[in-house]
Amino acid sequence: MNKNLLAKTALIIVVLIVFLFGIVGIPSSPTPQGLLTAIQNRIHLGLDLKGGTHLILQVQVNDAINLDTDRAVDRMKEALKNANIPFAEISKPDPQNHPELIQIKGVPPEQASELRRIVSERLPEYDLTSGAENAWTLAMKPSVANDTKKKAVSQAIETIRNRIDQLGVSEPVIQEHGLGDYQILVQLPGVDDPARVKEIMQSTAMLEIRQVISGPYPSEQAAMQASGGVLPPDAVLMKGSPLHQQNPEETQGDVYWVTSRTAAVSGNDLRTADAGRDENGRPDVNFTLTGDGGRRFAAFTGAHVGDKLGVVLDNRVKSVATIQEQIHDQGRITGSFSDQEVHDLALTLRSGALPAGIKYLQEVTVGPSLGADSIRQGVRAAIIGMVAVMLFMLFYYRAAGINADLGLFLNLVILLGFLGFTGATLTLPGIAGVILTVGMGVDSNVLIFERIREELRHGKTPPSAVDQGFAHAWVTIIDTHVTTIVSAIILFLFGTGPVRGFAVTLSFGLAANLFTSVFVSRVIFESILNRHQRGEALSI
Amino acid sequence: MELFRNTNIDFLGKKWYFLAFSLIFSVAGLCSIFFWHGIPLGVEFRGGTLVYVKFAQTPDLDQIRTAMDHAGLKNPRIQRFGPTTGNEVLIDLGMQETSEAALDKGKNTIINALQVENSSNSGKQDLNNTGAASLEQYLLQKDPLHLGTDAATRYHAMARQMEDFRNKERGGILTSVDELRGVVPPEVLSAMQQDFYTSSFVVRNVEIVGPQVGGQLRHQALMATLYSLAGMLVYLWFRFELIYGVGAVVACLHDSIITVGFFSLLNKEISLTVIAAILTLIGYSMNDTIVVFDRIRENIKLLRREPLADIVNKSINQTLSRTILTSGLTFLTVLSLYIFGGEVLRGFSLALVIGIMIGTYSSIAVAAPMLVAYQDWRAKRAGEAVARSMSTGSPKSREKVKVKA
Repeated sequence: MNKNLLAKTALIIVVLIVFLFGIVGIPSSPTPQGLLTAIQNRIHLGLDLKGGTHLILQVQVNDAINLDTDRAVDRMKEALKNANIPFAEISKPDPQNHPELIQIKGVPPEQASELRRIVSERLPEYDLTSGAENAWTLAMKPSVANDTKKKAVSQAIETIRNRIDQLGVSEPVIQEHGLGDYQILVQLPGVDDPARVKEIMQSTAMLEIRQVISGPYPSEQAAMQASGGVLPPDAVLMKGSPLHQQNPEETQGDVYWVTSRTAAVSGNDLRTADAGRDENGRPDVNFTLTGDGGRRFAAFTGAHVGDKLGVVLDNRVKSVATIQEQIHDQGRITGSFSDQEVHDLALTLRSGALPAGIKYLQEVTVGPSLGADSIRQGVRAAIIGMVAVMLFMLFYYRAAGINADLGLFLNLVILLGFLGFTGATLTLPGIAGVILTVGMGVDSNVLIFERIREELRHGKTPPSAVDQGFAHAWVTIIDTHVTTIVSAIILFLFGTGPVRGFAVTLSFGLAANLFTSVFVSRVIFESILNRHQRGEALSI
Repeated sequence: MELFRNTNIDFLGKKWYFLAFSLIFSVAGLCSIFFWHGIPLGVEFRGGTLVYVKFAQTPDLDQIRTAMDHAGLKNPRIQRFGPTTGNEVLIDLGMQETSEAALDKGKNTIINALQVENSSNSGKQDLNNTGAASLEQYLLQKDPLHLGTDAATRYHAMARQMEDFRNKERGGILTSVDELRGVVPPEVLSAMQQDFYTSSFVVRNVEIVGPQVGGQLRHQALMATLYSLAGMLVYLWFRFELIYGVGAVVACLHDSIITVGFFSLLNKEISLTVIAAILTLIGYSMNDTIVVFDRIRENIKLLRREPLADIVNKSINQTLSRTILTSGLTFLTVLSLYIFGGEVLRGFSLALVIGIMIGTYSSIAVAAPMLVAYQDWRAKRAGEAVARSMSTGSPKSREKVKVKA
């Protein structure tokens, strides 16, 4: 055997070993069971094959904008009051569809320049435009609004990831979903009952501790009456569940509290939260505050000994207690919770609040038994098909059929090895890509062999027929492969999920095929010709 | 062994038959798309709620329908799914029962309606519809083996074993908790006998798609396909000539239309996996066409004197052996997928079974004749131009003819 050929053979063997490593890694034991688990660790199966839950959710980014503009309304009122500028009303005309707009009414025209100055000083991220009848519109700058929305999405992803990690789901996928606006894709392998996970993901878990001014009242009207018809400017009305069933009649419906408008501390100030039980054995959540939050809380409680404070969760008053003494950095949330509820509440509080509500757009659950069936049947069908093709090649092309079969086998090894190395997932459409690859692999071999036969028929010697056959078929193979790879790349760029899985396996497979059906097959032919006597016929 | 040797079939002479054949199939498909079934879209494209349920015994569809009626679901589509021995049923709620405000309401209603018959087991968990994660949690809480430090790993493995046994050995459904005897230690079994029951069904697969996502996916699948066709057109333009690219892309469109038309005629749903199959057949048909085109390009260089029609005929004949072999072998793979691949792959492999046949046909009968037709048309136009330029003497058109010659 000549040196050149030896080097090429060595290269092929190295490639084979490298990609075999890609598939199985280093198996813990050489038994079939060990090999199987090794493969399962390396080749990631998509949810459609493995079973699990696939969710697409949308972040209600308007919530985040509303949060910001609400704060701006408050700041504006305060600033105008401090500057002694009279105004009739500061409000948001359409929080549902245009959360970025704030309307200011009744500022006298002669104080317009003063208003402008305050806005540019205090709210630089807003644009002020004047309208008819002393009405002014404050609009959040589009760039700022965009940033706020993007930040809401990335923060939501972060929060959801925290929560799912704490649930112990293995290998979850949580990422922005490029298909639509502000959408997030969540894939949870092995989760076949998503109800609880969905609830945990969806709870905004916005925690606040506010001063409770008065309450509880059985209805909104009662609360207003008790405050003399008008609420104090820095107070708001909040709903809450009836507390601690002292009065069974009261457990029906909500109760109302008058609380301070601003929170003393919020969920951002939490350091930890844990499920526990109170002295009566009822489940509750204990929390500790961060250093800064603790200081603010201590100042607040120190100034309000004897007053009541309320723990407000997602805009509902959960528990109310009287401040007995200054509290530094600890607190707890009590209420009528079950064990599961306090556990989940502590989890969501630890992972931080969602910046905006989320809405589910798509939910697909593949039961594990279906995924197992799909794999079993898919693999069986693929093996039957492959074996039939391989047998036919042997039968039709005799010795050259071995070339094709070896090439096909190596092609699959390289393709699976690629998947193992890159961590790409194999999905059902991915299997379609594998089938197209196998088809094109067979095709390349057929192209070459038919061409060699043609050249032999024209009376060429075996070495020159092989040479010419490869040379002619090469042009065609390059064209077919490049065209398909071009389309696969475009599918990858413009497609999502399943279509991408198809594009990935197809590109890998075609790249591998260029190597196996052209290079490997050629080397085998050459080594056969090398051993042959001059003029001996080629088995093809 | 050789099957086709020195064939000499006049393919171009049969172009009118080909045209008639293609027209019949395309028009039949298009008629079905526009006037009959439309394009039956899979749930991911149209939105809706689909629940696949497997029963322990042969399910009574009327009974299920009554249960759904009682639960207040309007006109669900209920049909058998897969082989009759599989006892599987598909319940499709369509869009009107699917709102984005409460996406999984329909699914929960279905499951609750099916649970009604098992109401005597209230307070127990349903072993058939419990995943390994929940089983593990149950074992950890109950701790029937009184394990110490290694409880987490032991129970984790045990939960997996139970799930594997149920899904792989028993096809996803157990008829009683006793079946786990031998799979788990007796202490665990006796604890589970108290806390679990086995319902007569298992939910195999749930797909819920809101209206927003469906529209996006439809748009996106279509655009991705069109872009990829455009990409191939540009590459072929660069490697051959524009008309080659056009011929190949028209052949691919022809294949896609006929395949989608077939799905419409058979009233089979086009799901995302079927789209993957259509992409596969486009790739496959393109491959076939390029092989013929390559041979034509090569022969044009070799046989300068012969008319294009003869060259095209010769090229198709020379590559015929390869064409039949490759498509035959690929067809074999796909057929095996269709027969053995199971219900989930059925739509996918059906698209490929149809597509491979049409794709092979189209590269011979659509793409190659288009080259000849185009050349004939150009020659005719050039002839007319010559005639015109002779009468008017326009120098511009004379120049054009010269360039062509």
